[in-house]
Amino acid sequence: MNPDVTILYDTIRWEEKSLLEAGKKKDINIQMIDCKKLALDLEKKPEEYGVVIQRCVSYYRNLHSTAALEGLGVKVINCLNTGVFAGNKLFTHMLLKKFKVPTPDATVAFSKDAALQALETQGYPKVIKPTVGSWGRLISKLNDKDAAEGIIESRENMYPIYQVHYLEEFVKRPPRDIRAIMVGDKIVAAIYRISKHWKTNMALGGVAEPCEVTQEMEEMCIKAKNAVQGDIVGVDLMESDEKGLVVHEVNNTTEYKNTVRVCEVDIPSLMLEYALKIEK
Amino acid sequence: MSKCEECDADISIPSDALEGEIVTCPECGASFELAKGSDGFDLKPAQTVGEDWGQ
Repeated sequence: MNPDVTILYDTIRWEEKSLLEAGKKKDINIQMIDCKKLALDLEKKPEEYGVVIQRCVSYYRNLHSTAALEGLGVKVINCLNTGVFAGNKLFTHMLLKKFKVPTPDATVAFSKDAALQALETQGYPKVIKPTVGSWGRLISKLNDKDAAEGIIESRENMYPIYQVHYLEEFVKRPPRDIRAIMVGDKIVAAIYRISKHWKTNMALGGVAEPCEVTQEMEEMCIKAKNAVQGDIVGVDLMESDEKGLVVHEVNNTTEYKNTVRVCEVDIPSLMLEYALKIEK
Repeated sequence: MSKCEECDADISIPSDALEGEIVTCPECGASFELAKGSDGFDLKPAQTVGEDWGQ
Protein backbone atom coordinates (compact mmCIF):
# COMPACT_ATOMS: atom_id res chain seq x y z
CA MET A 1 0.00 0.00 0.00
CA ASN A 2 1.42 3.37 -1.02
CA PRO A 3 2.04 5.82 1.79
CA ASP A 4 -0.10 8.93 2.12
CA VAL A 5 2.66 10.76 3.90
CA THR A 6 6.38 10.12 4.34
CA ILE A 7 8.20 11.49 7.36
CA LEU A 8 11.82 12.01 6.34
CA TYR A 9 14.00 12.19 9.43
CA ASP A 10 17.54 11.66 10.61
CA THR A 11 16.89 11.68 14.35
CA ILE A 12 13.68 10.60 16.04
CA ARG A 13 12.57 13.29 18.45
CA TRP A 14 9.24 13.82 20.18
CA GLU A 15 8.03 15.69 17.08
CA GLU A 16 8.60 12.79 14.69
CA LYS A 17 7.06 10.22 17.04
CA SER A 18 4.02 12.41 17.54
CA LEU A 19 3.49 12.65 13.77
CA LEU A 20 3.54 8.86 13.53
CA GLU A 21 1.10 8.55 16.45
CA ALA A 22 -1.23 11.14 14.94
CA GLY A 23 -1.17 9.24 11.66
CA LYS A 24 -2.16 6.02 13.40
CA LYS A 25 -5.06 7.74 15.17
CA LYS A 26 -6.30 9.28 11.93
CA ASP A 27 -5.78 6.11 9.88
CA ILE A 28 -3.27 7.85 7.64
CA ASN A 29 -0.68 5.57 6.07
CA ILE A 30 2.64 6.99 7.28
CA GLN A 31 6.02 5.87 5.98
CA MET A 32 9.03 6.68 8.17
CA ILE A 33 12.32 7.03 6.27
CA ASP A 34 15.66 7.54 7.94
CA CYS A 35 17.47 9.91 5.59
CA LYS A 36 20.83 8.51 6.73
CA LYS A 37 19.90 5.25 5.01
CA LEU A 38 18.53 6.85 1.86
CA ALA A 39 20.22 6.68 -1.55
CA LEU A 40 18.29 8.35 -4.35
CA ASP A 41 18.98 7.53 -8.00
CA LEU A 42 18.57 10.98 -9.48
CA GLU A 43 18.00 9.57 -12.97
CA LYS A 44 15.07 7.35 -12.05
CA LYS A 45 11.45 7.89 -11.12
CA PRO A 46 11.37 7.56 -7.34
CA GLU A 47 9.40 5.12 -5.26
CA GLU A 48 6.06 6.15 -3.85
CA TYR A 49 6.34 8.70 -1.08
CA GLY A 50 3.00 10.49 -0.98
CA VAL A 51 3.67 13.92 0.50
CA VAL A 52 7.01 14.15 2.26
CA ILE A 53 7.18 16.05 5.52
CA GLN A 54 10.83 17.04 5.80
CA ARG A 55 12.05 16.63 9.40
CA CYS A 56 15.82 16.19 9.07
CA VAL A 57 17.62 18.02 11.84
CA SER A 58 20.82 18.31 9.80
CA TYR A 59 20.56 21.45 7.68
CA TYR A 60 22.63 20.09 4.79
CA ARG A 61 20.89 16.71 4.77
CA ASN A 62 17.55 18.48 4.92
CA LEU A 63 18.33 20.84 2.05
CA HIS A 64 19.88 18.29 -0.27
CA SER A 65 17.30 15.56 0.26
CA THR A 66 14.57 18.13 -0.41
CA ALA A 67 16.32 19.25 -3.59
CA ALA A 68 16.62 15.67 -4.82
CA LEU A 69 13.06 14.61 -4.01
CA GLU A 70 11.48 17.81 -5.26
CA GLY A 71 13.52 17.56 -8.46
CA LEU A 72 12.20 14.03 -8.94
CA GLY A 73 8.64 15.34 -8.71
CA VAL A 74 7.84 14.57 -5.08
CA LYS A 75 5.90 17.13 -3.05
CA VAL A 76 8.00 18.09 -0.03
CA ILE A 77 6.91 20.24 2.91
CA ASN A 78 8.62 22.64 3.09
CA CYS A 79 9.84 23.14 -0.46
CA LEU A 80 13.46 23.67 -1.48
CA ASN A 81 13.07 27.45 -1.73
CA THR A 82 11.87 27.59 1.87
CA GLY A 83 14.85 25.53 2.98
CA VAL A 84 17.21 27.89 1.18
CA PHE A 85 15.51 31.13 2.20
CA ALA A 86 14.56 30.32 5.80
CA GLY A 87 17.83 28.49 6.39
CA ASN A 88 19.80 31.70 5.96
CA LYS A 89 19.22 34.73 8.17
CA LEU A 90 20.44 37.20 5.55
CA PHE A 91 18.23 35.72 2.81
CA THR A 92 15.27 35.76 5.21
CA HIS A 93 15.99 39.35 6.23
CA MET A 94 15.97 40.59 2.63
CA LEU A 95 12.71 38.77 1.87
CA LEU A 96 11.03 40.06 5.03
CA LYS A 97 11.98 43.59 4.00
CA LYS A 98 10.65 42.97 0.48
CA PHE A 99 7.35 41.70 1.87
CA LYS A 100 7.17 44.65 4.30
CA VAL A 101 7.42 42.51 7.43
CA PRO A 102 8.99 44.47 10.32
CA THR A 103 12.34 42.91 11.22
CA PRO A 104 15.37 44.08 13.22
CA ASP A 105 17.83 46.29 11.33
CA ALA A 106 20.91 44.45 10.16
CA THR A 107 24.22 44.95 8.38
CA VAL A 108 26.35 42.41 6.57
CA ALA A 109 30.12 42.80 6.38
CA PHE A 110 32.47 40.60 4.41
CA SER A 111 35.68 40.92 6.39
CA LYS A 112 36.81 41.57 9.94
CA ASP A 113 37.91 45.12 9.11
CA ALA A 114 34.66 45.96 7.35
CA ALA A 115 32.64 44.56 10.28
CA LEU A 116 34.63 46.53 12.86
CA GLN A 117 34.31 49.69 10.77
CA ALA A 118 30.52 49.24 10.52
CA LEU A 119 30.30 48.68 14.28
CA GLU A 120 32.38 51.78 14.96
CA THR A 121 30.06 53.83 12.76
CA GLN A 122 26.77 52.38 14.03
CA GLY A 123 27.69 51.83 17.67
CA TYR A 124 27.26 49.04 20.20
CA PRO A 125 25.68 46.77 21.33
CA LYS A 126 25.01 44.58 18.30
CA VAL A 127 24.28 40.90 17.90
CA ILE A 128 26.47 38.85 15.58
CA LYS A 129 24.83 35.79 14.05
CA PRO A 130 26.00 33.14 11.63
CA THR A 131 23.81 33.46 8.53
CA VAL A 132 23.31 29.68 8.69
CA GLY A 133 22.80 28.11 12.10
CA SER A 134 20.29 27.29 14.76
CA TRP A 135 19.55 26.82 18.45
CA GLY A 136 21.45 30.01 19.29
CA ARG A 137 24.82 28.53 18.31
CA LEU A 138 27.60 31.07 17.83
CA ILE A 139 25.24 33.99 18.34
CA SER A 140 27.03 36.59 20.43
CA LYS A 141 26.25 40.00 21.83
CA LEU A 142 28.95 42.53 20.98
CA ASN A 143 28.93 45.05 23.81
CA ASP A 144 32.05 46.95 22.81
CA LYS A 145 35.03 47.06 20.48
CA ASP A 146 37.10 44.64 22.59
CA ALA A 147 34.40 41.99 22.46
CA ALA A 148 33.86 42.54 18.74
CA GLU A 149 37.54 42.23 17.89
CA GLY A 150 37.90 38.98 19.82
CA ILE A 151 34.76 37.31 18.50
CA ILE A 152 35.17 38.40 14.89
CA GLU A 153 38.84 37.42 14.87
CA SER A 154 37.97 33.92 16.08
CA ARG A 155 35.53 33.61 13.18
CA GLU A 156 38.25 34.46 10.69
CA ASN A 157 39.65 30.98 11.38
CA MET A 158 36.38 29.13 10.89
CA TYR A 159 34.60 27.74 7.85
CA PRO A 160 33.99 30.57 5.31
CA ILE A 161 30.27 30.90 6.08
CA TYR A 162 31.27 32.28 9.50
CA GLN A 163 33.29 35.01 7.80
CA VAL A 164 30.09 36.56 6.47
CA HIS A 165 29.47 38.81 9.47
CA TYR A 166 25.74 39.36 9.98
CA LEU A 167 25.26 42.13 12.54
CA GLU A 168 21.78 42.69 13.93
CA GLU A 169 20.50 45.48 16.16
CA PHE A 170 20.13 44.45 19.80
CA VAL A 171 16.37 44.75 20.25
CA LYS A 172 15.23 46.14 23.58
CA ARG A 173 12.26 44.02 24.63
CA PRO A 174 10.70 42.10 27.51
CA PRO A 175 12.76 39.04 28.58
CA ARG A 176 11.00 36.78 26.12
CA ASP A 177 10.25 36.22 22.46
CA ILE A 178 7.40 34.50 20.64
CA ARG A 179 7.35 31.32 18.58
CA ALA A 180 4.26 31.06 16.37
CA ILE A 181 3.60 27.77 14.60
CA MET A 182 2.06 28.33 11.17
CA VAL A 183 0.22 25.55 9.37
CA GLY A 184 -0.80 27.08 6.08
CA ASP A 185 -2.25 30.55 6.58
CA LYS A 186 -3.04 30.10 10.25
CA ILE A 187 -1.14 30.35 13.51
CA VAL A 188 -2.26 27.11 15.14
CA ALA A 189 -0.52 27.94 18.43
CA ALA A 190 2.03 30.35 19.82
CA ILE A 191 4.24 30.43 22.90
CA TYR A 192 6.32 32.94 24.76
CA ARG A 193 9.87 31.70 25.25
CA ILE A 194 10.94 33.27 28.50
CA SER A 195 14.52 33.46 29.68
CA LYS A 196 16.69 35.50 32.01
CA HIS A 197 19.40 35.21 29.36
CA TRP A 198 19.04 37.50 26.33
CA LYS A 199 18.96 34.37 24.17
CA THR A 200 15.54 32.78 24.61
CA ASN A 201 16.03 29.53 22.66
CA MET A 202 14.32 26.53 24.24
CA ALA A 203 17.50 24.59 23.45
CA LEU A 204 19.31 26.94 25.84
CA GLY A 205 16.83 26.58 28.68
CA GLY A 206 14.06 29.04 27.79
CA VAL A 207 10.68 28.37 29.46
CA ALA A 208 7.46 28.15 27.44
CA GLU A 209 4.12 29.78 28.24
CA PRO A 210 1.04 30.12 26.02
CA CYS A 211 0.85 33.31 23.97
CA GLU A 212 -2.45 34.74 22.80
CA VAL A 213 -2.54 35.15 19.04
CA THR A 214 -3.52 38.62 17.87
CA GLN A 215 -4.73 39.59 14.42
CA GLU A 216 -1.63 41.75 13.95
CA MET A 217 0.60 38.82 14.82
CA GLU A 218 -1.20 36.45 12.47
CA GLU A 219 -1.12 38.88 9.53
CA MET A 220 2.59 39.44 10.09
CA CYS A 221 3.29 35.71 10.30
CA ILE A 222 1.34 34.96 7.12
CA LYS A 223 3.45 37.52 5.27
CA ALA A 224 6.64 36.09 6.79
CA LYS A 225 5.65 32.54 5.81
CA ASN A 226 4.81 33.64 2.28
CA ALA A 227 8.07 35.58 2.02
CA VAL A 228 10.02 32.32 2.35
CA GLN A 229 7.40 30.32 0.39
CA GLY A 230 6.70 28.10 3.39
CA ASP A 231 3.84 25.76 4.20
CA ILE A 232 4.53 24.75 7.81
CA VAL A 233 6.97 27.02 9.62
CA GLY A 234 7.79 28.43 13.03
CA VAL A 235 7.94 32.21 13.03
CA ASP A 236 9.98 33.90 15.77
CA LEU A 237 8.97 37.39 16.85
CA MET A 238 10.19 39.92 19.39
CA GLU A 239 8.21 42.69 21.06
CA SER A 240 10.50 45.63 20.41
CA ASP A 241 10.10 48.58 22.80
CA GLU A 242 10.53 50.91 19.83
CA LYS A 243 8.98 49.12 16.85
CA GLY A 244 6.38 46.76 18.30
CA LEU A 245 6.33 43.24 16.88
CA VAL A 246 9.28 42.32 14.67
CA VAL A 247 10.01 38.98 12.99
CA HIS A 248 13.59 37.87 13.43
CA GLU A 249 13.52 34.33 12.11
CA VAL A 250 11.45 31.80 10.18
CA ASN A 251 12.15 28.14 10.97
CA ASN A 252 11.92 25.66 8.12
CA THR A 253 11.75 22.49 10.24
CA THR A 254 10.16 23.91 13.32
CA GLU A 255 10.15 22.13 16.66
CA TYR A 256 6.79 22.18 18.46
CA LYS A 257 7.05 19.87 21.47
CA ASN A 258 6.81 22.68 24.02
CA THR A 259 4.09 24.46 22.06
CA VAL A 260 1.92 21.32 22.10
CA ARG A 261 2.67 20.82 25.80
CA VAL A 262 1.65 24.30 26.97
CA CYS A 263 -1.03 25.16 24.39
CA GLU A 264 -2.63 21.70 24.22
CA VAL A 265 -3.09 21.99 20.46
CA ASP A 266 -2.68 18.83 18.39
CA ILE A 267 -0.14 20.30 15.98
CA PRO A 268 0.97 16.93 14.51
CA SER A 269 -2.62 16.14 13.42
CA LEU A 270 -3.01 19.60 11.92
CA MET A 271 0.25 19.14 10.00
CA LEU A 272 -0.91 15.81 8.56
CA GLU A 273 -4.33 17.18 7.63
CA TYR A 274 -2.65 20.09 5.86
CA ALA A 275 -0.22 17.79 4.03
CA LEU A 276 -3.05 15.62 2.73
CA LYS A 277 -5.10 18.66 1.73
CA ILE A 278 -2.40 20.24 -0.40
CA GLU A 279 -1.58 16.95 -2.10
CA LYS A 280 -5.08 16.87 -3.60
CA MET B 1 16.49 -3.81 28.79
CA SER B 2 19.95 -3.08 27.36
CA LYS B 3 23.30 -2.36 28.94
CA CYS B 4 25.10 0.95 28.66
CA GLU B 5 28.38 0.46 26.79
CA GLU B 6 29.98 3.18 28.87
CA CYS B 7 29.01 2.33 32.45
CA ASP B 8 27.15 -0.99 32.18
CA ALA B 9 23.96 0.47 33.73
CA ASP B 10 20.59 -0.83 32.60
CA ILE B 11 18.89 1.24 29.92
CA SER B 12 15.20 0.58 29.44
CA ILE B 13 13.87 0.95 25.91
CA PRO B 14 10.31 2.29 25.70
CA SER B 15 7.73 -0.09 24.26
CA ASP B 16 6.86 2.43 21.53
CA ALA B 17 10.52 3.04 20.60
CA LEU B 18 11.41 3.57 16.96
CA GLU B 19 14.59 2.91 15.05
CA GLY B 20 16.72 6.04 15.07
CA GLU B 21 15.40 7.24 18.42
CA ILE B 22 17.92 8.51 20.94
CA VAL B 23 17.99 7.01 24.44
CA THR B 24 20.11 8.26 27.29
CA CYS B 25 21.74 6.25 30.04
CA PRO B 26 20.10 7.25 33.34
CA GLU B 27 23.39 6.85 35.21
CA CYS B 28 26.20 8.27 33.06
CA GLY B 29 24.18 10.34 30.57
CA ALA B 30 25.70 8.75 27.45
CA SER B 31 23.38 8.91 24.44
CA PHE B 32 22.69 6.00 22.13
CA GLU B 33 20.77 5.64 18.90
CA LEU B 34 18.43 2.66 18.57
CA ALA B 35 19.37 0.44 15.66
CA LYS B 36 17.49 -2.64 14.53
CA GLY B 37 19.17 -5.79 15.82
CA SER B 38 18.46 -9.47 15.42
CA ASP B 39 16.43 -9.43 18.62
CA GLY B 40 14.85 -6.00 19.08
CA PHE B 41 17.09 -2.95 19.21
CA ASP B 42 20.84 -2.59 19.51
CA LEU B 43 22.42 0.50 20.98
CA LYS B 44 24.98 2.42 18.95
CA PRO B 45 26.72 5.59 20.16
CA ALA B 46 24.67 8.58 19.06
CA GLN B 47 26.18 11.42 17.03
CA THR B 48 26.72 14.40 19.24
CA VAL B 49 24.90 17.51 18.08
CA GLY B 50 26.13 18.25 14.56
CA GLU B 51 27.43 21.64 13.56
CA ASP B 52 24.55 22.03 11.13
CA TRP B 53 21.78 20.69 13.38
CA GLY B 54 18.80 22.87 14.06
CA GLN B 55 15.31 23.75 12.98
